[in-house]
Amino acid sequence: MAEPIDDTDLLFKALADPSRRKLLDLLHAEDGRTLNDLCEHLDMSRQGVTQHLDLLEAAHLVATVRSGREKLHYLNPVPLQAIYERWIAKFEKPRLKALSKLKRRLEQTDD
Amino acid sequence: MTRSTFVYVTYIRTTPEKLWTALTDAEFMKQYWFGMHGESEWTAGSPWSLVSSEGQIFDAGAIVESDPPRRLVIRWQHQNKPELKAEGDSLCTMEMEASGPAVKLSITHTIERSPSKLIEAVSGGWPKVISNLKSLLETGTTALQEPYPAESAHAVNE
Repeated sequence: MAEPIDDTDLLFKALADPSRRKLLDLLHAEDGRTLNDLCEHLDMSRQGVTQHLDLLEAAHLVATVRSGREKLHYLNPVPLQAIYERWIAKFEKPRLKALSKLKRRLEQTDD
Repeated sequence: MTRSTFVYVTYIRTTPEKLWTALTDAEFMKQYWFGMHGESEWTAGSPWSLVSSEGQIFDAGAIVESDPPRRLVIRWQHQNKPELKAEGDSLCTMEMEASGPAVKLSITHTIERSPSKLIEAVSGGWPKVISNLKSLLETGTTALQEPYPAESAHAVNE
C-alpha cells in the first residue's frame, strides 16, 4: 500500500497557490458560498475553481454542506490553528519572553 | 430568512465512542476546554449548560437530539454578555463519523440572524478548543494551556 500523504503536506500544498488563498479570503469575508458565487470573483474557468476547491477540501481547509441542490463551501480554520501551534507559537514564545525582559530592564532606569 | 453559520471539521485518530465521551464527560472536557465543562444528562430534552471553572454559566439551553456516538444537537444561548444573550437561541450540531483510522468531527453552529455577534465570538474559540481536543485524544496532552482565549465569548474579563 502506498504511504498516505501527510496532512501537513496537503495543507502547505493547498496554501502554496494564490488562487486558493484568494478562495480562502473570499470565504473568510463571507462564509457558506456556492461554486457559482465563488466563480464570479475569480478569473478562471468553473472547472479550474472546482479543482482548487477540491484541493482545499482534501486539505480540510474547506468544508462543504449540502443544502437542497446546492453545495455550500465553508472555511475550516482548524488546520490553520494546528499550523499555528506547530510552527508559530513555539518560535513566538522565546521572543515574547525576550521582549518582556527588555521592557522590564528599560523600565528599571534608576538602577 | 438570513442566518449565520460556521462549519468546523477535524479528523481525530480515535473511536466515535471515545470522542463522544470526550464531548460529554465534564472532567475530560475541562482538560481541553480551558477549564470549561458541559453539564447535562445528554439525552434529548434535558437541560444543558456550559460552566466555567469558577462555576459561572456562560451558555445554556437544552439537548435537542442525542444519538450516541453519532450526533448531538444543542440549543445554545449565551448568558454572560448582554449583547450576545439578546441574539437568542443558536443551534450547535456535532456529528461524528468513522473515517478510516480516524473519526471525522463536524461542528456546525447556526443562528437565524445575520450578522451575528454570537457566531463571530464562538467561531474564534472553537478552533482552539477543537485543536486541543484533537491533541489530547491523539497524544494525551493539550497544546494550549493558556487561560481561555481573550477574544472569545467566554473570556472572563468584563
